[in-house]
Amino acid sequence: MKRALFLSVLCLGSAGPAFAAVGAELPGYQVVIDLNNRASLQRGAKYFVNYCMGCHSLQYSRYSRVGEDLGLDMQMVADNLIFNGRRVSERMEISMSQDDAERWFGAKPPDLSMLARRKGATYIYQYLMTFYADEDRPWGVNNWRFPFTTMPHVLWREQGLQRAEWEEVDNGNGSKPVITGLTLETPGLKTPEEYEQLVVDLTSFLVYVSEPARLTRESVGTWVLLFLLVLGGFAYFLKREYWKDVH
Amino acid sequence: MKSLFESLIGWIDARFPLMQLWNDHLAKYYAPKNFNFWYFFGSLALLVLVIQIVTGIFLTMHYKPDAELAFASLEYIRRDVPLGWLIQYMHSTGASFFFIVVYLHMFRGIMYGSFKAPRELIWLLGMFLYMTLMAEAFMGYLLPWGNMSYWGAQVIVNLFSTIPWVGPDIAIWLRGDFAISDATLTRFFALHVSAIPLALLALVALHIMALHEVGSNNPDGIEIKEHKDADGKPLDGVPFHPYYTVKDIWGSVAFLFLFALVVFFAPEMGGYFLEPDNFTPANPLLTPEHIVPVWYFTPFYSVLRAIPDPQFGALAMLLSILVLFFLPWIDRNPVRSVRYRSLLYKINLGVFVVTFAALGYLGFNPPTPLYSELALRFSEWYFLFFIALWFFSRPRRNMERLLTLVVVLGLITLYDVVRMEPGQGMLVFLGWLMPAVFVAVMVFGSGIEKLGRDLPVPDRLTE
Repeated sequence: MKRALFLSVLCLGSAGPAFAAVGAELPGYQVVIDLNNRASLQRGAKYFVNYCMGCHSLQYSRYSRVGEDLGLDMQMVADNLIFNGRRVSERMEISMSQDDAERWFGAKPPDLSMLARRKGATYIYQYLMTFYADEDRPWGVNNWRFPFTTMPHVLWREQGLQRAEWEEVDNGNGSKPVITGLTLETPGLKTPEEYEQLVVDLTSFLVYVSEPARLTRESVGTWVLLFLLVLGGFAYFLKREYWKDVH
Repeated sequence: MKSLFESLIGWIDARFPLMQLWNDHLAKYYAPKNFNFWYFFGSLALLVLVIQIVTGIFLTMHYKPDAELAFASLEYIRRDVPLGWLIQYMHSTGASFFFIVVYLHMFRGIMYGSFKAPRELIWLLGMFLYMTLMAEAFMGYLLPWGNMSYWGAQVIVNLFSTIPWVGPDIAIWLRGDFAISDATLTRFFALHVSAIPLALLALVALHIMALHEVGSNNPDGIEIKEHKDADGKPLDGVPFHPYYTVKDIWGSVAFLFLFALVVFFAPEMGGYFLEPDNFTPANPLLTPEHIVPVWYFTPFYSVLRAIPDPQFGALAMLLSILVLFFLPWIDRNPVRSVRYRSLLYKINLGVFVVTFAALGYLGFNPPTPLYSELALRFSEWYFLFFIALWFFSRPRRNMERLLTLVVVLGLITLYDVVRMEPGQGMLVFLGWLMPAVFVAVMVFGSGIEKLGRDLPVPDRLTE
C-alpha cells in the first residue's frame, strides 16, 4: 500500500523537469535503495566515517541522531563512529582546515549532508562505481560519471583499479574517443560483488542522512491517510444525509 | 426559562452582532443549490491559508532570518525539531497547493462568468489577493536561502530594474543592497511573516464581504434572487449552513488526503515543489545551470522570455497579469456561464487552458530556438484569448470582423517581420500559423450560426 501510493505520486511528478547534471548518463549502472535495510545503513555509516569523513563533513547531522535512527546505542556510536574526540550530541564536522583543503585538493571537499537530495542516489552510486586509472590525472584516476574529478579514488584498495575501454565515435563533426565500458585490471581486497554492496551501503547511508525524516514519514503518512479515509467516509455520509431532500 | 447557552448568546448579542454575523454569512446566507466540483476551491483556499499561517507560526519559532544561519536553521527544523519536517513540508507543499487551488478557483470564475456584473468588485479584490499571494510566495521562497532561492530572487528583483529611469534605483531599494544579501533576506522575512499576511487576511475579509453582499454565482450563471418564495427566500437557494458547511467539510477532507499524499510521500514532487538546486546554500559565485522560478510562476516567466528585449519582455509579463484585472470590462457578453455560450467561446476557453499549461511547461525548460518560438506563439494565444472574449461580447458586423482580423494579424505579422533573422523563415512562418489560424477561426466562425451563436439561458436552475 505504502509503496503503491508512493509510486503513484512519483508518477504524477515524473513527467518532471530535466535537471541535467554534468557528465555522462550511465544507463548500465542502476541502483535500488532500500532504507528499511538497517544493516545496510549501519555498514554505510561505518564506511562513511572510515573512508569519507577525513575530508567530507556531514555538518547538519548529529552523531546521536544517526545512532538513534540506525539502532545503535550511544556507547557504540562513541566507540565506533567518532575518531576525533567529539561528543555524540555534536554535529558530524571534520578537522580539515580550509587552507589545507585548498592546498591539497584545489578546493574544499564539499559537505555531503545534502548530496543525495541535490544529485540523487544514482549519481552517488555511479560516481563511486566508475573510477578508472588515468595517468594524466594528479591522483592517477579519473571518473566516468564525473570526468576530471579532483577526488582521489579513496576506495581503490577495496575495488582495485579499473581500466577504461575507448572507442572512436563519430558524432557528426569529427570523431571523438568515448568510453564504452570499464574492466577491472588490478583486483582489490573485495570481489566486484562485495565492492558493489559497499557502494550500495554508502549510497543508502547518504540518502538516509540527506533526509533522516524519510525513515518515518512514509509510515506516519500511511496512518494519516487511513485516518483521513475514515474521516472522509463520515464526512461524505453526513453531507449525503443533509442533501438528500434538496432538489 | 432560557438555557445557560441562550442567555450567554443573548448577553453577547446585546453587546456585539454575533447572531447577525452568523445569520448573514452562514445560517441565512442563501447559496444556489447547484454548486458543483468547481465550487470547492473557495473554501479550500481558506483552508490552505489557515494551514500556511499555522505552520508558518511554528516555522518562525525555529527559523533564523540571517544569511549565515538561514540554510542551516532550515536543516535544523527538518532534522532536530520534533515533527519539524512535517511542519516544513506542510508549509512548502501548502505554497504549491495554494496556487493549484487559486488557479482552479480563478478558472471557475472565468468559466461561469462570476466576474460579471454585479460581481466585478469580488473579481477585483480576488485579483489583488492573487497578486498579494504572488508577493508572499516570492518572498517566502527566498527564506530557505538555497541557491535557487538566491538566483530566483536575483532574476525577479532585476525585473524591476527594467523600469525606465528609476528602475535600477528601485531594485536597490527593494534589495536594500546592490545584490541579494542579508539585508534582502531580513526584509523579505519581515514582509513575509507580518505585512503581507495581514494584507492577505484583510483582502480575504473584503472578498467574502463583497461576495455575501451580492450573493454567489452558480454553474448556470443565473441569478437565484429573481425567484423568491413568500418569505423572500430564493427558491433555488439553500442556507450555506448546514448545507455547504457539511459539503465543504467533505471537500476539505478529500483535499487533505491529496495534500497528505504529497507531504508524506513526495514532498519534493519530483523537483517541482522543492527544487534540487535549493538543497545547496545560496552562493553568489555559483549560478545554477537553469534558473527557473517555482512552477506557479513559470507561465508568466515564459511570457517574459518570449520577447528578447528585457524591457518589452517585462512589460508583456506585467500585462499578462494586469489584463486579468480588466476581465469584467473585456468580456461584456450578458451570458455568464460557459454552458450557454457559443461553441467558439468554448473552444477559446479550452485553448486558453492548453495555453496556460504550455506556457508553464516552456517556462520550466531551457529556451531552445524551438521553445522560444513556441513561447512567443503561446504568449500570443494568451493575449488573443482576451481579444476573442472582447470580440464575442456582442454580435459583430462584417466591418468589425474585417477590422479585427486586419489589425490583430497585422500587428502580429509586423512584429514577426521586424524580429526575423536570416535562416529563421520557416520556423517563424510555421509559428505565425498558430495565431493566424486562431484569429481566422474566431473571426470567421463568429459569422456561422452553429459556431458563433450563444444558447438561450433558462429561467431557473437546471438541476
